[in-house]
Amino acid sequence: MTANGWFQVFFFFALVLVCAKPLGLYMARVFEREHTWADVIFRPLERLVYRLTGIDETHEMAWTEYAVVMLLFSLVSMLATYAIERLQQWLPLNPQHLASVAPDLALNTAASFSTNTNWQSYVPETTMSYLTQMLTLAYHNFFSAAVGMALAVALIRGISRRESKTLGNFWVDATRASLWVLLPGCLIYALLLVSQGVVQNFRPYDQAKLVQAQTTTVTGSDGKTTTQTVTTQSIAQGPVASQEAIKMLGTNGGGFFNTNSAHPFENPTPLSNLMQMFSIFLIPAGLTVTLGRMTRAPKHGWAVFAAMAALFLVGVFVAYYAEAQANPLLHSVDQHVSTMQSGGNMEGKEVRFGIANSALFATVTTDASCGAVNSMHDSFMPLGGLVPMVNIMLGEVIFGGVGAGLYGMLIFVVLAVFIAGLMVGRTPEYLGKKIESYDVKMAMLYVLIFPLSILGFSAVSLMMPQLGLSSLANNGPHGLSEILYAYTSATGNNGSGFAGINANTHWYNLSLAAAMLIGRFLMIVPMLAIAGSLAKKKLVPPSPGTFPVHTPLFTVLLVGVVLIVGALTFFPAISLGPILEHLMMHAGKSF
Amino acid sequence: MRRNVITAVLYTVVTTVLFGLIYPFVVTGLAQVLFHDKANGQLLYQGGQLVGSRLIGQLFTAPQYFHSRPSEAGNGYDAANSSGSNLGPTNKKLVDRVAGDVAALQVDHPGTNVPIDLVTASGSGLDPHVTPAGAEFQVARVARERHMSEDTVRRLVAQHTEGRQLGFLGEPRVNVLMLNLDLDQVAPALK
Repeated sequence: MTANGWFQVFFFFALVLVCAKPLGLYMARVFEREHTWADVIFRPLERLVYRLTGIDETHEMAWTEYAVVMLLFSLVSMLATYAIERLQQWLPLNPQHLASVAPDLALNTAASFSTNTNWQSYVPETTMSYLTQMLTLAYHNFFSAAVGMALAVALIRGISRRESKTLGNFWVDATRASLWVLLPGCLIYALLLVSQGVVQNFRPYDQAKLVQAQTTTVTGSDGKTTTQTVTTQSIAQGPVASQEAIKMLGTNGGGFFNTNSAHPFENPTPLSNLMQMFSIFLIPAGLTVTLGRMTRAPKHGWAVFAAMAALFLVGVFVAYYAEAQANPLLHSVDQHVSTMQSGGNMEGKEVRFGIANSALFATVTTDASCGAVNSMHDSFMPLGGLVPMVNIMLGEVIFGGVGAGLYGMLIFVVLAVFIAGLMVGRTPEYLGKKIESYDVKMAMLYVLIFPLSILGFSAVSLMMPQLGLSSLANNGPHGLSEILYAYTSATGNNGSGFAGINANTHWYNLSLAAAMLIGRFLMIVPMLAIAGSLAKKKLVPPSPGTFPVHTPLFTVLLVGVVLIVGALTFFPAISLGPILEHLMMHAGKSF
Repeated sequence: MRRNVITAVLYTVVTTVLFGLIYPFVVTGLAQVLFHDKANGQLLYQGGQLVGSRLIGQLFTAPQYFHSRPSEAGNGYDAANSSGSNLGPTNKKLVDRVAGDVAALQVDHPGTNVPIDLVTASGSGLDPHVTPAGAEFQVARVARERHMSEDTVRRLVAQHTEGRQLGFLGEPRVNVLMLNLDLDQVAPALK
């Protein structure tokens, strides 16, 4: 670890801290339908959308209607994505003449992008046309994020409204999130990315003549090897920057190219890398301020922010420390940090990012439910790879996905005030609302569905050598980590992977699709039920027995609840994966 | 319910046109006008012939060139098939591959430890850079092969070394393709 590395970490975080407040206040105005500077441009566009679609913007929805409409929209847009993928070969903007996508893969991808997961079982360069990427994948990047924000706002309204049956209008919330926040952000951001070298074009792949011709051995289908001389390099192109911007700002994470933000055309410079990490945290951090504003408890918003910040910093420290270590199994290799190199574990990492920026990116992308990667998590040191996995297992509440992180954290807040209430023997209250058995049951349902999907699917995969184990790229404890990470990432709607696992099989495509849908929609319904229940309640004036939710003590309790729930649930599994691998590595074992 | 279904369909269509078509076309138009070279991948031409992109690495194994990092993209630096190795730290394949590459590199430098980036595959498989340590390790070999003084080669390396962006971001790095293209200009290798 170096001073410069830590300076970069803190510079990044300071940037997030400074921008969270203005953005959070702006978003509060957007969702409260107050006047903003952007109304001149977006209000006419918003009206046009409602006129064309027949939406009544004054209509208020109960939590059940809010949930049904959200599910319907997700289903329809998911089916549209499936259809376009299946019809790709007959559609325009396909200069490489890529074939239509296979049914199981198309289903997996449609589920993946409409749940804000962006798990990728495919290699984009050889699978998805420019049209498919723009029209379906980038589109879902916008709207799965907008849906997440709408849901978070609905929950905030549930907390702040009293004796109300309704939570707002889903269509209006999603439209305002996408028009007022995501679209202007992405227009500016995409151009900033292009200024760093992210490509944006519709060229067919360019054919370059190699400076040094390459001799490769190819194994034919008959098992014989022949040598071939390769003289050209085919360079994949595409409308990358426009998709890259929303991929990060919407915490989606699905790369335009196979290697995501490690690819030089997606993330060419250290500055573009900083922008990408910043844009992952920007909206989730801002939403904590929105929470404080809309509930008229700004200090509560910052207390939640502080809990997230504490968990983030611990993660970065462990990941950076682990990746800066030398791999004891490699000999005669210089792995020390110096002015000439960043040293450490460079397998799967880019020279321009080095150790500090790779470890930081991995932490940020899994704290939030982004899942973009600028280095290969599968090749991280055992404890370095443990950090992204645990970040997701904690429920992606460390800033978390756009909207999803905040509503996930608020579920833990409900549990935290419940536990505090138990400790002092009083009915728990949260911002003047009594937390009753129905709310706690729904919160527990939310918390339990998550490990059930992760551990359940992992266990099934482990018991089926043909379907589950044959896809692994690594043996020993690392193989278990690959499976565990896949279902963790899918259920958590993260989308990063221990990417050595070959997930493009019937079993993995279908089971991961199921995990993604469960992790998104089955968890949203109990969350909205809590929102509906809170909205109906009367306001109770605070009493001396009320546990305040804006103090450092509350922050500590909240961090404790998140860690205890996560640790109790997942410790047995991770001790057989990354922790065992760490011990074996230092005992000199390879697999 | 039926009305909600119709709304959902219409909403999907209308927003797809706006966010899936108009938005990327507007960005493409602006990018092509404002940053023409960068929007198209910073392609490099020699005498009208496309020879690569400034951002995309190529495989170099000949002794007169600076070698790039090992690559797992296709058969090596396949820019239509980016990929890392995804080998874990305790994978035998990784340990053996590194040992093989170390042995090959130590032929010219017996007993010297090899900088880690020269024997590890990048995440993208297209990393255009090596570290300054990785370049320095190869200076003596390239100088010998091209009959140049080590100081001349070192000066060329320094010209192609980028420091941290804005003075503190990222890591120092040497662009291997640009360096090798320049070497061919300055001192064409003897056959």
